[in-house]
Amino acid sequence: MARQDALYILTANDLLEGDVVFWSGAGWARDHRAAQIARNADETTALDAIGAAEKAARRIIDPYRVEVTLGADGTPVPVRFRERLRTLGPTVRLDLGKQAALRANSLL
Amino acid sequence: MYRYDEFDHQFVQDRVSQFRTQVERHLGGQLTEEEFRPLRLMNGLYLQLHAYMLRVAIPYGTLSARQMRTLADIAETYDRGYGHFTTRQNIQYNWLRLRDVPDILQELADVEMHAIQTSGNCIRNITADPFSGVAADEVEDPRPTAELLRQWSSLHPEFSFLPRKFKIAVTGCRDDRAAIAVHDIGIRVVRNEAGEIGYEVWVGGGQGRTPMIAKKIRAFLPKKALLAYLEAMMRVYNLYGRRDNKYKARIKILVHEVGIEEYARRVEEEFAALDASAIAADAEEIVRIEAYFEPPAYDRLPARAAALENAKKNDPAFANWVSINVGAHKAPGYAIATVSLKPIGGVPGDATTDQMRLLADIAERFSLDELRVTIEQNIVLPQVRQDDLYAVWKLLAAVDLATANAGLITDIISCPGLDYCSLATARSIPVAQAISRRFADAERQRLIGPLAIKISGCINACGHHHVGHIGILGLEKGGEESYQITLGGDPTENAAIGERLGPGLTADQTVDTIERLVAVYLAKRKPGETFVAAYRRLGHDHFKEALNAAA
Ligand code: SF4
Repeated sequence: MARQDALYILTANDLLEGDVVFWSGAGWARDHRAAQIARNADETTALDAIGAAEKAARRIIDPYRVEVTLGADGTPVPVRFRERLRTLGPTVRLDLGKQAALRANSLL
Repeated sequence: MYRYDEFDHQFVQDRVSQFRTQVERHLGGQLTEEEFRPLRLMNGLYLQLHAYMLRVAIPYGTLSARQMRTLADIAETYDRGYGHFTTRQNIQYNWLRLRDVPDILQELADVEMHAIQTSGNCIRNITADPFSGVAADEVEDPRPTAELLRQWSSLHPEFSFLPRKFKIAVTGCRDDRAAIAVHDIGIRVVRNEAGEIGYEVWVGGGQGRTPMIAKKIRAFLPKKALLAYLEAMMRVYNLYGRRDNKYKARIKILVHEVGIEEYARRVEEEFAALDASAIAADAEEIVRIEAYFEPPAYDRLPARAAALENAKKNDPAFANWVSINVGAHKAPGYAIATVSLKPIGGVPGDATTDQMRLLADIAERFSLDELRVTIEQNIVLPQVRQDDLYAVWKLLAAVDLATANAGLITDIISCPGLDYCSLATARSIPVAQAISRRFADAERQRLIGPLAIKISGCINACGHHHVGHIGILGLEKGGEESYQITLGGDPTENAAIGERLGPGLTADQTVDTIERLVAVYLAKRKPGETFVAAYRRLGHDHFKEALNAAA
């Protein structure tokens, strides 16, 4: 198995709803913490293939891989600020986006 | 207000049903994502950072109460209760679902609006002076010209696939509130020595990666030659504009590379070869358009309303708002009121459903059914009787729309930035909010006087930072947000591109640096001298000390 240093998850937007989604391994999740993590080159290639196939199946649009690190609880945390924002919502409207539900459930 | 003719109606309705079918075919598998994407973009539907975004065109920034109500309804029914007014006099919705978009476009079409040509390499929404038709110093209302250009540029077969997007702005005044010098083509209605009305035409201005001030190509173009001349300008651009590199594809690069003389020569050659009379709109259509922009029947009023003077005397907060947000109207006893969408600490340009509805009600009752959107992301009530201003102000105050800051340091332009925009390199709204809070004190703002801060979240410059008296550009440096300050920009008849102050700063340092820049200005200004005037007199280096202190 080819080694790689970086960890990745697969993200996209839901075709109908527009929501940011993450590939869970069995489908698309709204919560990035449920995302499947690619830890080696084969898994990374597999993620890319899933993105392409899911796009062709018109379930999502604009799939791409996001580099992550692992948080204290082992869940993925995007490296880039932009991608962290996509897991939350606009910082100027904490009542909107994914963060709204997280806040309501005191998870944030 | 202009009303659609049968052709306009048909065209917009047809487009809605086409798009409805295209969405269905996409969902049904007959159109791939690659095939569908350009179709959705042609109808103003983008994918942004968190969701779909729909950009709706507001032709030359003019809205009726009914249209504003529909914009509010859409925000309430399909979005999250607000919309964002942009620097291109458009409105954007941030949280739409694809399945709803055909219905939204239908609601827009029913009030003669659409999202066509708000994306892509075509001629975009024509923008205009928000004080059109009411400004005291106007040669002529530029909106009939803007409407003519809207019709001419809508689905123009030859210009639907330009090298790059194309923006045209029109003004009828010497005081330029439409920023014509930073548009691909800028048009000013002028009167020549013989007393005839025509156009001064500018070309090759723009912001973005390579900011440039437009060059004058014609000092006086007879009115009837407008469409033919623009057709010649567009044709030369279409032929010679670069298509090999999207960063070099705007007309400003062509004009810059071949020089204005050579570009003008090619245009004049093309213009001479064109059958101008075949391209010109027919006289009947021009009369039909102009009729919609006839000045309304104004009440005969004294130049100054006694009721206004009394209200000002009794209510200092109102008097303050009038002195800052209200401008001179061409009709005696009337006024132009700017409604600031920049409450202290707010999101520049955002308006809630309730605010939009109230603006619609006020427009209907007090502003002859008219509203305007400005490139500063504010709303204008252009036709208010002076003796109604107090009532209007009280209504506005009830929904947080009475901020007295038009043109002041807290009237900040900000693009959506990384909070919403998928192209962004940094956030811009939080920086605007922090500056707004820092300078919240009304007395201090007044003391500082006119000072335009403009913030963009990336080099595309939707926040017009190049022409901010103080411009701020958000970048990403080593994974962190970093802000680049420019000074001395100006979008008006004295157009200038701002000059870089120094290396990138954090958001906090940016706010502190602005505070110091203001301090330098206050210490060194002459009586009555504005920030940008002091900057021009003192020179760039004088302001560098403000930056050094940040390091
Ligand atoms: S300037 Fe950049 S970040 Fe701001 S709206 Fe335009 S593209 Fe987006």
